[in-house]
Amino acid sequence: MTATHHDVREPDLEAVFQATIDADQRIEPRDWMPDDYRRTLIRQIAQHAHSEIIGMQPEGNWITRAPSLRRKAILLAKVQDEAGHGMYLYAAAETLGVDREELTEKLISATQKYSSIFNYPTPSYADVGVIGWLVDGAAICNQVPLCRCSYGPYARAMVRICKEESFHQRQGYELLLAMVNGTPEQQAMVQESVDRWWWPSLMMFGPADGDSPNTQQSMAWNIKRHTNDELRQRFVDMSVPQAEALGVTLPDPDLRWNPERQAHDFGEPDWSEFTAVIAGSGPANTQRLAHRRRAHENGAWVREAAQAYAEKHS
Amino acid sequence: MSERKSWPLYEVFVRGKRGLNHVHVGSLHAADDEMALHNARDLYTRRNEGVSIWVVKAEAITASSPSEKDPFFAPSGDKVYRHPTFYAIPEEVPHL
Ligand SMILES: [Fe+2]
Ligand SMILES: [Fe+2]
Repeated sequence: MTATHHDVREPDLEAVFQATIDADQRIEPRDWMPDDYRRTLIRQIAQHAHSEIIGMQPEGNWITRAPSLRRKAILLAKVQDEAGHGMYLYAAAETLGVDREELTEKLISATQKYSSIFNYPTPSYADVGVIGWLVDGAAICNQVPLCRCSYGPYARAMVRICKEESFHQRQGYELLLAMVNGTPEQQAMVQESVDRWWWPSLMMFGPADGDSPNTQQSMAWNIKRHTNDELRQRFVDMSVPQAEALGVTLPDPDLRWNPERQAHDFGEPDWSEFTAVIAGSGPANTQRLAHRRRAHENGAWVREAAQAYAEKHS
Repeated sequence: MSERKSWPLYEVFVRGKRGLNHVHVGSLHAADDEMALHNARDLYTRRNEGVSIWVVKAEAITASSPSEKDPFFAPSGDKVYRHPTFYAIPEEVPHL
């Protein structure tokens, strides 16, 4: 876009920005904003976009082997949605002045991160159900408050995404219901999968509040609305009755209702595992990045051909 | 990486249903206008969100300055007589 007018004087800008935030209004792309606000958002939105894109792989693994045409159609639609989420978010990031090509480069060169959860493998079809239930469920807990994020394009992308996520969670839970009402082997598959995904799902909310140095600033800017621990608590409280309805056990001996707090007490995730997975040594980090890099490189000739065609016909 | 320029950015507008305006929904990259339309359909109307789509290269949009306090909008700020509530009409006068 090109601007026709130019702006107010510098010292006023910071005050206008802060007043907009304080009034709980949205900041829009061409508004003046502090460099740190812009940097924080670019990092967060890019990471979020990368997570959606890499997040297609664990489930995409099962598309060709889905147990029925119905399940295959559902899984295809779900994975396609995740691609869409990545695109909405890259579009939002671009309004902050970064280039999409550059973000892709940063993902495949591992200079920007994505959610640790997608570095775990999916050895069983029950994982498709558990990912929908727990991983998309945790994502919903994180994402619903982001619909009120102070940065307009990010908030609007989250509104679209949250609408679609509810299908993701319900199809996963429905799949699990079918399995727990099936054979003893199928029931065991569900429990085995829950045992593997429960703790990594809790880690999706990020480190404990005491170890999350950026939270305060993000909350002051109305980017974040709740701390990591608040969201993790909310997720646990929501998941417990859902697990009961499925008849599965959540693998935490310390998990119990605390009537005083009117909330569940629960154990501490293994933060050393979290740190290791983030640092690149999770079970599937190498595979995920290699796959994404291969897809990007194999698509190069298509991008070039389309460009050449467009130039010829313009 | 090759020296290829990246595909241009397009802004996407969708008419949700007959009788409504097109509304900006986001953006995407495409090599040309036709691909932009197809990508917009796949990206922004996977659940019947639209009956019509406009795409336009982002660089073709001319925008006003962002601040709403900008003098650009000042001419309409002091013309209260453009609003119906400016005019006092006795209550007993109907249909006005
Ligand atoms: Fe998603
Ligand atoms: Fe999802």
